Amino acid sequence: MKPAKDAVISGIGQSDVGRRLGRSPLSLTVDAALEAIGDAGLRPSDIDGVSTWPGAFAATPGFSGVGVWDIKDALGLELNWFSGGMESSGQLGSVINAVAAVKAGLADHVLCFRTLWESTAQTADRRASVVGGGGSRVGGAHEWLVPFGAVSAANWCGIITQRHFHEYGTTREQLGALAVNTRANAALNPKAVFRDPLTEEQYLGARMISDPLCLFDCDIPVDGSTAVIVSRADAAPGLRRPPLRIAAHSSALHGRPYWDQYEDLTSMSGADAARQLWRHTDLTPADIDVAGIYDGFTILTVVWLEALGICGRGEAGPFLEGGKRIARDGQLPLNTGGGQLSAGRLHGYGHLHEVCLQLRGDAEARQVPNTPEVGVVAAGGGDLGGALLLTRT
Amino acid sequence: MSRVPGLPLPDAQFESLAFWTGGERGELLIHRCGECGLWLHPPKPVCRRCMSRAVTPQPVSGEGTVYSYTVNRQQWMPDMEVPYVLAVVELAEDPGLRLTTRLTGVDPSDVRIGLPVRVVFEQVEEIWLPLFTPHSKTSEEEAR
Repeated sequence: MKPAKDAVISGIGQSDVGRRLGRSPLSLTVDAALEAIGDAGLRPSDIDGVSTWPGAFAATPGFSGVGVWDIKDALGLELNWFSGGMESSGQLGSVINAVAAVKAGLADHVLCFRTLWESTAQTADRRASVVGGGGSRVGGAHEWLVPFGAVSAANWCGIITQRHFHEYGTTREQLGALAVNTRANAALNPKAVFRDPLTEEQYLGARMISDPLCLFDCDIPVDGSTAVIVSRADAAPGLRRPPLRIAAHSSALHGRPYWDQYEDLTSMSGADAARQLWRHTDLTPADIDVAGIYDGFTILTVVWLEALGICGRGEAGPFLEGGKRIARDGQLPLNTGGGQLSAGRLHGYGHLHEVCLQLRGDAEARQVPNTPEVGVVAAGGGDLGGALLLTRT
Repeated sequence: MSRVPGLPLPDAQFESLAFWTGGERGELLIHRCGECGLWLHPPKPVCRRCMSRAVTPQPVSGEGTVYSYTVNRQQWMPDMEVPYVLAVVELAEDPGLRLTTRLTGVDPSDVRIGLPVRVVFEQVEEIWLPLFTPHSKTSEEEAR
């Protein structure tokens, strides 16, 4: 017997995803939201909650631009609860907040979304995802990085990568297995932006961005919006599709919230969320049938794999080697839609959308064998991280 | 390469002011708890270990080792000269006392984890950026 206020994912939706779509971020968000609402068998008037990250915050061009108020007004929603803003456990923090709101009885159906239009923003000759490009004084956590030239997450992740290489003997070839695997998966995803095969040789020969991370260790800025509906299980009798149960969720943060100050710099704050995730379920890492794990940079997937207990500390490199374990027919089908490395940077919501498709058996040409029952989604890097465990009901 | 043109300066005020201006007197100033001795970086007005408010900026030796690093080769902004070496330096005073900085006076291919480094300051407007450069102890220092 499920608790009355159990939370489920009742619907999913996604706009077009691509390079330089040249559309407003709100237009993309409306596409994703209406698709998710329709997918759930709901109407906009049923939506009584909205949750997003990072809200209308736009420190770098294309990073967001759509907040709660924008979509509320566009769709004429009547909201009993809403939440936005940067300070949460990463991109999935918005979903985790929605789960908490539903369980607390504050809302029945929460529209959660994440929208990016970084590709279009870049064509306007503005560098997305680089902090401090505007030239004004920089404060907060960035104060301790940017004045030295550590302006990009590529720099912050490069430092973590170098330390992981040093401590555990992790290699570029092992990171490359992630890039090659996602490209193979992207070939079967019509929405993925890079679908041509990628070889290990091409990976190893690519230009370096921030040693030891090369071009193919970095994800691809795109335009796109993804939405999911988090519903109260007993408030959704008329759902169009069997919902997915949120078996566990975590936004724990115990370590120091800086890219360079986590006690062990081969790990990061997401490790706290990963550890806590397993305290809310009888499931174990061995039960995971499909995984959507953040790959803004390859090293973040490495750190998450270890944090989630999918392999031991320092063992992600050997786990990835050769790529067979993470293939669609492997022990842990990983980033089956092409991940952010090949499909495009949808900031964790892309991974969430893909894992939902896989659990529903809706992933078409890239569906993993024996429709998976348990999926994990983890997003974030450095000073933020959140994780979800989803199961078929 | 010393300057990375076009980079914003820190919003140095309150707790962070000492760190960014100590270089004027040649001092790298790190906040430290007067009760339990914990070093606090980035600086805070309270000790996260013992909750003492007796936290003040203290000069450190300016010596440390490279804990990790990356060579940035991507020109993120116009006029940015690449490559340059970013490092997390662990200060000699305490294991775990680390800061992100830029290395200067070193060929990127010569950087390695564990490299001994020492602070050098670069003034930009009213800010003294604490950069680090490889440090080989002189025979006189070794003798001490």
